[in-house]
Amino acid sequence: QRRPNRRQAGGRGGAKGRGRGKKPASDDEDEDEEDEAPRGRRGANRKKPAKKRGGDDEDESEDEPPKRKRGGAANKKKGGKAQDSDDDDSDVGKGKKGKKGGGRKGKKEEEEEETKGKKGDGKGKGKDKGKDKDDDKDKKKKKKKGDSSNSSEEEESMSEGEMARLMEEVEEKKKLIANIRNKPWRMQRRLKHLKEAQEFVDKFEGALGKGKGRKWYAYKVMMTKKWIKFQRDFENFRTACIPWERKIKEVESHFGSSVASYFIFLRWMYGMNLVLFGFTFGLVVIPEVLMGLPYGSIPRKTVPRAEQDTAQDYSVLMDFNGYCKYSVLFYGYYNNQRTIGVLKFRLPLSYLMVGIGTFGYSLMLVIRTMAKNADVGGGDGEDSDFTFAWKMFTSWDYLIGNAETADNKYASITTSFKESIVDEQENQKDENIHLRRFLRVLANFLITCSLGGSGYLIYFVVKRSQEFATRDDLSWYEKNEMEIVMSLLGLVCPPLFETIAELEDYHPRIALKWQLGRIFALFLGNLYTFLFALFDEVNTKLEEEQAIKNASIWAMKEYYANYSRLMNDSEATPPPMDPADVIRGPCWETAVGIEFVKLTVSDIQVSYLTILIGDFARAVIVRFLNYCWCWDLEAGFPSYGEFDISGNVLGLVFNQGMIWMGAFYAPGLVGINVLRLLSSMYYQCWAVMATNVPHERVFKASKSNNFYMGLLLLVLFLSLLPVVYTIMTLPPSFDCGPFSGKDKMFDVVMETIDLDLPAFMGTLFSYAANPGLIIPAVLLMVLAIYYLNSVSEAYQNSNMELKKKMKMARDEEKNRRNNADTTNQVMKDLEDLLPNRSLIPPDPPEPEKLPEPEPKPTKTKPGSAGKGVNLQKDVALASPNPNARAPVSRPPGPRGPGPGRGRGRGPPPR
Amino acid sequence: TRKEILRLFYRYRDLAPQLVPLDYTNHPDVKLPYELIGSMPELKDNPFRQRIAEVFSEDGEGNMTLDDFLDMFSVLSEMAPRDLKAYYAFKIYDFNNDDFICKSDLEKTLNKLTRNELTEDEVRMVCEKVIDEADLDNDGRLSLEDFQHMIVRAPDFLSTFHIRI
Repeated sequence: QRRPNRRQAGGRGGAKGRGRGKKPASDDEDEDEEDEAPRGRRGANRKKPAKKRGGDDEDESEDEPPKRKRGGAANKKKGGKAQDSDDDDSDVGKGKKGKKGGGRKGKKEEEEEETKGKKGDGKGKGKDKGKDKDDDKDKKKKKKKGDSSNSSEEEESMSEGEMARLMEEVEEKKKLIANIRNKPWRMQRRLKHLKEAQEFVDKFEGALGKGKGRKWYAYKVMMTKKWIKFQRDFENFRTACIPWERKIKEVESHFGSSVASYFIFLRWMYGMNLVLFGFTFGLVVIPEVLMGLPYGSIPRKTVPRAEQDTAQDYSVLMDFNGYCKYSVLFYGYYNNQRTIGVLKFRLPLSYLMVGIGTFGYSLMLVIRTMAKNADVGGGDGEDSDFTFAWKMFTSWDYLIGNAETADNKYASITTSFKESIVDEQENQKDENIHLRRFLRVLANFLITCSLGGSGYLIYFVVKRSQEFATRDDLSWYEKNEMEIVMSLLGLVCPPLFETIAELEDYHPRIALKWQLGRIFALFLGNLYTFLFALFDEVNTKLEEEQAIKNASIWAMKEYYANYSRLMNDSEATPPPMDPADVIRGPCWETAVGIEFVKLTVSDIQVSYLTILIGDFARAVIVRFLNYCWCWDLEAGFPSYGEFDISGNVLGLVFNQGMIWMGAFYAPGLVGINVLRLLSSMYYQCWAVMATNVPHERVFKASKSNNFYMGLLLLVLFLSLLPVVYTIMTLPPSFDCGPFSGKDKMFDVVMETIDLDLPAFMGTLFSYAANPGLIIPAVLLMVLAIYYLNSVSEAYQNSNMELKKKMKMARDEEKNRRNNADTTNQVMKDLEDLLPNRSLIPPDPPEPEKLPEPEPKPTKTKPGSAGKGVNLQKDVALASPNPNARAPVSRPPGPRGPGPGRGRGRGPPPR
Repeated sequence: TRKEILRLFYRYRDLAPQLVPLDYTNHPDVKLPYELIGSMPELKDNPFRQRIAEVFSEDGEGNMTLDDFLDMFSVLSEMAPRDLKAYYAFKIYDFNNDDFICKSDLEKTLNKLTRNELTEDEVRMVCEKVIDEADLDNDGRLSLEDFQHMIVRAPDFLSTFHIRI
């Protein structure tokens, strides 16, 4: 029990604890310790010169981090204490120890051991003589004992004031110890200072504080250390867990941060979808599969007899009809049992909750990310001050220890420099503004035209498809006309826009945003025509449903009637109808779900094919046909593709919109999407690295992806509308889905409140739903928003103000120096005119001349007079060597110190 | 920390087992030549390895004693304070040891960073911009003050200026 104790102390406090423990212990224990600590370690510790003299204390402290040192010090304290009492004990006896030792029980043990050890020491000395180290330590121990006994005496005799003073000094020294790492000294010097400080602390710290508190303190220090270490490890672990970091870094190094920003966005999206997937599958799909009724048990879970022949055909399955339609992927499959399984899982409720929770979670996440990004954006808002300097001095990652990464890093640094150079040139450029304005107007006109055209085209196609819907004799093209047209538009328009946008000649970053906005408008048109078509369909289905509902009830009656007539026995309960034969409604929810799934899948196909053909095939052709072609394919017309950031980002955003809208009607959609994102991460990474070339004008993505996020938020909001509308107002189908038989989907919540929660909760909810409460609540929220908004505006203003001030201060400083230079210039000219006044004159003319040639700058000077002092100090620090500063043009000899000062780092003489 | 020191010692010894004794009790005067230090995997790919070695070695030639070696890694460790790092970073980028980062230093830095892939004009422009941005006292070069003023505001200086061992 004793030993582990000690060893712990040793581990914590370093050599000191070990050393202490060692001496008193008997020989074999000593040996033990030796073995355990490899010789090398000893050697490492030993090599310090300081150690020679310092012995135990310094040995351990050499250059460990401050905290450890403090821990060590605390430890030492303990040790010192123990010795104190030891000394006292030697003549007074054990009983007295209690008085001094207070609550230090652990100490007592050590003391005992100490006394024992002393005896043992005496014996052991003869044996150990060979080991000079131990001898050394022994001596030191003696010395130390002297010290500590001194301090113990002091402790008794000290008054409060002395105590405080001592405390201060100790604190000071401690601070020095803690900060020793911050001093840019050589190791030797550091060691020396450290040793001194440590000795002092050792000597006097023992005199401070009470035993118990000390132990607590040591414990606390240790714990904070451990906690910090844990945090760091955790942080490392977390960063190690982020997937595809290397892949993205690789892409980034080759293509610049803008392309990488797409992949980062993709990764973010993947993370979000993974969570959504977890919710949907964990709370809806899996329970239904495990605990719900199996396939074929009830009509909604069975393929109707008319479709059964074709239900397994590949083409039918690819359209998500047949077995797919009656599977867990879609809304219609779920049963409206209130609870399922032994766990009494409330599936309908959980279905609704997950549907709403999907939106809630996504909204929260998007907004949170936006806020965080905005934060970051605010943080480096001032980076315009130092772009190049930072690039120059902080872009190399010293962690890189791999030749390949280093190559990438070189590439990426070069890229980023080029980006900044482009930015810079952009700033400096100003040309024919009228021409450009005209071009921009023209471009916008063209784009509006094409947008309008595509809008009309979609409208036309939708109309036609509604016509087609009533007919059966359709060719493949006519059936899929709408999807084809929409995909085509998606393919053709973005490049068209890009071509037009070249007229505008914006900076690539701004151009990208415009491009994104335009394609967004296009897609939005598509989406909403699609939605309207869908709503039409839903409405017709709803009407149809009403008829079928009656028909099915009637058919049921008929069936039973027939059955009893056939049997001539009205008593016998008829066997239930085969679920495949039951007449059923159109189940519009499933139809909507199928539409979304189809759209998503076709979107995946189109985008993958585009990459395969548009990028890969092109790259292959360009690469290999180049050997036998009449012009240079790589440099000339087709060349390699560039990575289309805007198109890809928007594709992603809209795909996500589909998922959000469709997830309620087709829970399986989320799973499909997760797969899609996962595969496209690898696929696109590969494609980009293999087939694309970096953009001609590399540019830096704006640091915060808030533009993407803004688009996403907009899409989220837009997709939220139809879904919430259907949930709140449309009646669910009567014979399929978890809400069948209810008037509104929302009723499931009411039902739960009524049946499962205690009665008072129901009344509570009814109160809460009272408009009298809701309206004030809404008002309050509006007020809060208004207040917060105005507060943030005020902050922003003050922020701007401060920034302006900082800039002004900087400019002023610069100006002043410039002015100093220019006045100097004037003086130089003057001197040139009067070359003979070599030694004496330069001093006098200065004060007079100064105000005359430049009245303006002098006016600003008084304002900044306060800074003069500071400035001078700066200068003093900055120029230890005045010769180095002297401009080449002036010979140092004849001038003397006067003009040198006048040239004026300092404030001008007043 | 103790463990780190030990690890560093082993690393140091591994570089040249025949030169470095195991037992440092009587602190022998051992130096490792730059070629060995520079071939460490941590430094091998660093464009500034020579500068690093020179700055931290006592003789300015890149030959390091164990103390220097420890010094180097303590500065480059994660726990070293920002100011200390900035100080040494300044020394590293100050190629001609004149306590100022002047244009030639900047050009050297830039060329090392980009492996001479920028054109002459671009290099000149970047250097001018850097000086323009960071030079507070307008003497056409960066003093330590300028450098610190600039570097402590850099968002990723701390995260990139360290070496893990």
